[in-house]
Amino acid sequence: MKRKTSAALAQQLVYVGPALLFFAITIIVPFVMGMYYSFTDWNGVSGTVTWVGLDNFKQIFTNDSAFATSFWFTVRFTVVGVILTNLAGFFLAYFLTKNIKARNWLRTIFFMPNVIGGLLLGFIWQFIFIKGFATVGEVTGLAFFQLPWLGDEVTGFWAIIMVFVWQSAGYLMVIYIASINNVSKDVLEAAEIDGASRFQVLKSVIVPLIMPAVTICLFLAISWSFKMFDLNLSLTKGGPYRSTESLAMNVYNEAFLNNRYGLGTAKALIFFVIVALITLLQVRATKKKEVEA
Amino acid sequence: MNTKLKKKSSMSISDIITQVILVIIAIMFLSPFYFLLVNSVKSLGDIMVNAADWPNQFNWSNYARAWEMTRFPEAFTNSIIITVISNLLIALLSAMAAYRLVRSNTMFNRFVFMMFVSAMVIPFQSIMIPLLKVVSWLGVNNSMVGLILAYMGLGIPLSIFLFHGFVKSIPMEIEEAATVDGANSYSVFTRIVLPMLKPMMVTVIILNCLWIWNDYLLPSLILQSPHLRTIPLATFAFFGQYSKQWDLALPALVLGILPIIIFFLSLQRYIVEGVAAGSVKG
Repeated sequence: MKRKTSAALAQQLVYVGPALLFFAITIIVPFVMGMYYSFTDWNGVSGTVTWVGLDNFKQIFTNDSAFATSFWFTVRFTVVGVILTNLAGFFLAYFLTKNIKARNWLRTIFFMPNVIGGLLLGFIWQFIFIKGFATVGEVTGLAFFQLPWLGDEVTGFWAIIMVFVWQSAGYLMVIYIASINNVSKDVLEAAEIDGASRFQVLKSVIVPLIMPAVTICLFLAISWSFKMFDLNLSLTKGGPYRSTESLAMNVYNEAFLNNRYGLGTAKALIFFVIVALITLLQVRATKKKEVEA
Repeated sequence: MNTKLKKKSSMSISDIITQVILVIIAIMFLSPFYFLLVNSVKSLGDIMVNAADWPNQFNWSNYARAWEMTRFPEAFTNSIIITVISNLLIALLSAMAAYRLVRSNTMFNRFVFMMFVSAMVIPFQSIMIPLLKVVSWLGVNNSMVGLILAYMGLGIPLSIFLFHGFVKSIPMEIEEAATVDGANSYSVFTRIVLPMLKPMMVTVIILNCLWIWNDYLLPSLILQSPHLRTIPLATFAFFGQYSKQWDLALPALVLGILPIIIFFLSLQRYIVEGVAAGSVKG
């Protein structure tokens, strides 16, 4: 009996131990440390760290307009980005599940931007916005292409949205395709026989049946857009005048540019709470809408 | 048979219209790559005059210069080493942990699994600052070891979650039969369970490959030496220096995206399926 339990203990250590150890080192320990440091004036360099109570949080909520701006920017970006990329992903999937010969080719093309990292994509688009659009504008005379895309607060916002949708729609499309293909042909035929129009089939049959995919895609899109950093860095660097600075970038700048690590970790903690709340609420809300055929 | 095939391949008028519209959208989707490629072989003067034209001469020397100035071979090697080692370790350790967590359903293990799942909502940016301190405590700052270690911890939760769902769907009878035949737990795992995990293994590796290969933020925080730079780091440093010299910056970008594009095009069926499988399980 004793031998059996020690064998079980050994197995537990061998199988779960390493994963748990690395997990603890890189996630649990920093997470707990972050909670502590958010109440201190840690500057990352000097050895002395003083407890300052709620000072960092007071500072953030009452006296930090850049944080408020970046929060508001991130919220707007998330709302617009999540809606647009999901619409784009869903409609691409909807049409690509029809009887179309070039289906596989098209699917590959729409997915492709996704395999390139946000940083390099952002740089590619920097060139498109600065030189590509300008040239197209000169040739066609269209005002759309002659806007100061990355140099202005409003167009900068839409520039990042555009690249975000271009990058992420294909990923969501793949999930929507898998889900639409799972809708049984019998249900669709039954709806057609009952005289439902294409739009009615889409709205009343397909969409309710793919709600699990909607839950996942909203979850993914929210977490990508809320945590956006790379695209932001390579497209606008938060400019002009920090007007397009995302929350993630604000946290980064506070710690690594201003060397206020304590304040940075306090922001990081707030950031975590917001992300956790939003994702939990969203999953709850869309789970309720899931039905079975 | 013949009529059925014919019916399947012929498209209705509305399908043809849909296809035409989709092809137009696809061309718009690809247009950034057109700008990138044609301008990467132009002289800076030609780029400034007209960025939309087909190049009137091909300056392949742009690529030679970008190749040397970004020290591309070095960055490529670094990226490969980091991606491959992190991936193998994450996949193996996660598969092992998930197997045990499913098969030994104790209260402790349920708690551990719940902890892995909850950790998935923690954004990287909210732990990165103290993580750097932990990495330097361990004395692995500015080294590939430190970076790989961080990737393992960060990648394990999602991978365990994916394997966990998959192991649950494997019937236990096969393992029990092997145990009766005298195999111990470890050989059951390596000879029977691991091979059965292969489909999910592909998904896990693909998702982690795309993430680690393209990641910028974490390596930028851990690796300071120029000779340790991965492709995103090398591109960032280069682009910062030569951002207005498009005849150098563009070929550097093409080189930077080329490996992952080739990887994608040669394995695209697995990648697309992996993405679908990886998220539907969520």
